[in-house]
Amino acid sequence: MLLEDPVFASRFLTLLTLSFHIIYATIGVGVPLMIMIAQWIGIRKNDEHYILMARRWARGFVVTVAVGVVTGTAIGLQLSLLWPRFMELAGQIIALPLFMEVFAFFFEAIFLGIYLYTWDRFEDQRKHLLLLIPVALGAGMSAFFITVVNSFMNTPHGFDIVDGQLTNANPILAMFNPAMPTKVAHVLATAYMTVAFMLAAIAAFKLLKGSGHVYHKKALNMTMKIGLIFAIAAAIIGDFSGKFLAVYQPEKLAAAEWHFETEEGAPLLLYGLLGDDNEVKGALKIPYALSILAFGHPMSEVIGLEEFPEEETPPLAVHYFFDLMVTIGVFMIFLALVYWIGTRWNWEFVKAKWYRWLIVLGGPLSFLAIEAGWWMAEVGRQPWILRGIMTVEEAATTSDYVGLMSILFVVLYIVLGIGTIVVLRRLFKNNPVEKELANAKGGDKA
Amino acid sequence: MTLEILGITVLWTFLFGYVIVGSIDYGAGFFNAYSIMTKKEHVLSNIIQRYLSPVWEVTNVFFVFFFVGVVGFFPQTAYYFGTIFLIPGSIALLLLAVRGSYYAFETYVSRGHKGYAFMYGLSGLLIPASLSIVLTISEGGFVHIEDGNPVLDYWALFTSPLSWSIVVLSIVAVLYISAVFLTWYANKTGDRDATELMRKYALFWAGPLIITAGGIIYELRFHNPAHYEQLLGLWWMFALSFILWLATVWFLWKRTNYAAAVWLLVGQFAFAFYGYGISHFPYLLYPVLTVHEGFTNKAMAISLVIVFILGLALLIPSLYLLLKLFLFDKTYLKGKNKKE
Repeated sequence: MLLEDPVFASRFLTLLTLSFHIIYATIGVGVPLMIMIAQWIGIRKNDEHYILMARRWARGFVVTVAVGVVTGTAIGLQLSLLWPRFMELAGQIIALPLFMEVFAFFFEAIFLGIYLYTWDRFEDQRKHLLLLIPVALGAGMSAFFITVVNSFMNTPHGFDIVDGQLTNANPILAMFNPAMPTKVAHVLATAYMTVAFMLAAIAAFKLLKGSGHVYHKKALNMTMKIGLIFAIAAAIIGDFSGKFLAVYQPEKLAAAEWHFETEEGAPLLLYGLLGDDNEVKGALKIPYALSILAFGHPMSEVIGLEEFPEEETPPLAVHYFFDLMVTIGVFMIFLALVYWIGTRWNWEFVKAKWYRWLIVLGGPLSFLAIEAGWWMAEVGRQPWILRGIMTVEEAATTSDYVGLMSILFVVLYIVLGIGTIVVLRRLFKNNPVEKELANAKGGDKA
Repeated sequence: MTLEILGITVLWTFLFGYVIVGSIDYGAGFFNAYSIMTKKEHVLSNIIQRYLSPVWEVTNVFFVFFFVGVVGFFPQTAYYFGTIFLIPGSIALLLLAVRGSYYAFETYVSRGHKGYAFMYGLSGLLIPASLSIVLTISEGGFVHIEDGNPVLDYWALFTSPLSWSIVVLSIVAVLYISAVFLTWYANKTGDRDATELMRKYALFWAGPLIITAGGIIYELRFHNPAHYEQLLGLWWMFALSFILWLATVWFLWKRTNYAAAVWLLVGQFAFAFYGYGISHFPYLLYPVLTVHEGFTNKAMAISLVIVFILGLALLIPSLYLLLKLFLFDKTYLKGKNKKE
C-alpha cells in the first residue's frame, strides 16, 4: 500500500489536515471582520437587525472556531512530527513568524472569550464593538504570519548555505521574502471574499425557504457588497501573483499553464485535457494573454517547462486547479456585480428564485476555489518543500506508522465535519430570526 | 544569563503555566463527567461550566506556545522529538481534537448531553498521560540511533515502570490541582455543596499525589543515576515543595483560606517542576541533545526574545482583563449578568 511509504503518507496526511483546516481557518479569518462590520453598521444606523446579525454569526462562529483551533493545533504539531528535517532547518530561519502567529492567536482567543461571555453585560453597544476589534485584528494577523511562513517555503530567503551549514541567518529578511506580499494579500482578500459569499449564501437560502424577513434581505445586501469588493481585490492581486510567479517560480506558472516551450507572445490556455506526450486537447487559447499575465506586455518572453530538469518540474495537474480557481473567481465577481447593479436599478431578476439559487451555490463554490488555489500553490512547488533547497523526500519523517495515523485522522476529520454540520443546523433551526427578534421586543434580551 | 538559558527558562515557565491551567481544565472536565454519572451534576456542573467556558481556548494556546517556542529556540528538538514522538503526539492530537470540539458542541448547542460530557472527561485524562510520555523519553534509554535516525523502542517504553509512574503522576496531579482550584472557585461563587464536594476530592487525591511523586525519584535512581544525583543536589527545592503540600492540605482540612491553598499549591508545583527541570539541565534528550548544541543561531534567538517581550506586553494586560471580567468579577461568579 502507498501509505506504507513514510514520504507518501506524510504528504497525504499533511494534505488532508490542511485541506480540512483551511475551511475552518478561512471562516476564522473572515467571520470576525463581518461580525465587526455588522456591529458597526448596527450602531451607526441604530438598527437592531445588524446587531442581531453580529450575534447570530458569532454564535455559529464559536462552533467553527473550536474545530479550527483543534485542527490548527494538529497541523502545528504535525509539521514537526511529519517533517522533522524541514522544521529543524526552517526553525533556524522562520521561527519568528511562527512564534508571532501564536501571539496573534493568543490575543484573538482572549478577546473572543471576553466578547462571547459578555453578551449582555454592557448596555452600550460600542463596548461590544471595541471587543470585536482585537478579535478581527488577531484573526487577520495570524493569517498574515502563517502565510509568511508558507511564502518562505516558496521563496527561501534571508540566509546562506555554506558547505551544507546554514549561516548569516536574518529572520527579518526571511519574513519579507519575495513571495510574501502577493501571498498574504491574496490569502486575506480571498478569505474575506469567501466568508462574505458564504454568509450571502445563507441569507439567500433563508429567503428561498420562505422567510421573507427584512433581516435576511439586509444580510444579503451587505454581504454581497463586501464580497464584491474583496472578489475584485482578489482578482487584481491574483494578477500580481502571476507576475510574481513568472519571475520567481517560472516552473509553477509554466506547469499551471501547460507552457512547455519558452516563447515570446505566449498564449494562455483555458480548460482542455492533457493527452499522452503532453498533447493539449480542447483548450481555449487566448493569444498573448500569458505574456500579459506574466509581464504585462504581449510580446514578453515566458519561460517554458523544457528549461527545467524533469525531476524538478511540478505535476501538470495543477492546471486544472488553476482553471477551477480562476473560473470561480470570475463567476463570483459577475454574480455579485450584477446583483449590486440590479438592486440599484431595480432589475427584477436579481430577486428571482434562480438568481438566489446561484448565490446559494456561490458559497460552496468560493470554498472550492480556496481549496483549488492552495492545491495549485502547494502541489505546484513539488518536488520542493523549500524551493531549491530541500525536497519533500529529504524532509519527511523516517518513522513508520504514518499510514496508520493517517487513517485515524481521516476518521477524525469525518466525525468533526459531520459534527459541525449537525451542530450548526441544530443551533439555527430551533431559533430562527423571527423568534429571536420577538424575544428581544418582549423586553428581556435573550 | 546566556540566551539559551533564558530560552529554556521561558519555555519551561510556559510549560509550567500549561501544566497548571491545563490541569484545572482537564480535571474540571473529568469531575464534570463524573458528577453526571454519579447524579451529582446539579452540584458541580454549574460552577465548572462557568469557569471553563471563557478560558478553554486560552488554555490550548499555552500548549501551542510551548511547542512552537521549542522549535524556535531549539530547532534540533523538532528533528529528534518529531521523529520519535509520532505516535504519542498523534494520539494526543486526536484526543485534543475530540475534547475541544465536543466541548464547543456541547456547551453551545446541546447542553447536558451525557455522551459528550463523558468523552470530554475521559479524553481530558488521557491527554496529560500521552503528553507526559515525552518526559519519560527525555530521560534517555528508550531511543537508539539507526542509520543516523533516532528510533523509539516502544517495548522498552511500555515495560518501563518509570514511564507508567509518570503517567500515573500526571493523572493524579491533574485531579489534585483541579480539585483544589475548584474548591476555591466554588467557595467564591458561594456554592456550599460544590465547595464541600470538591474539598473532599482534593483531600482524596492529595495522598496518591505525594506517593507517586516520591516513587518517581526513587525509580530515577535506577533508570538514570546521573539525573538522580543532580536531583539529590537540589533536595531543598523538593523539601520546600513537600512543606507547601502539607500546608495546602492543612488549609483544606481546616476549611479556611482556600485562596491561600491555591497559591501554596502553585508554589508546591513550581518548586517540584523547576527542581526537576534544573536537575535535567543541560540535556534536552539524554544523552544525545543538550541545550547548548540544540540552540538556534544568535540572530533568531535575539529576535525571538524581542518578540517574546513585546508579546507579553500585549498578553499580560489582556489576560488580566479576562481574569478581572470572569474569575474575579463578583456578579459573574454568582451567575448573574449585569448591565452597565
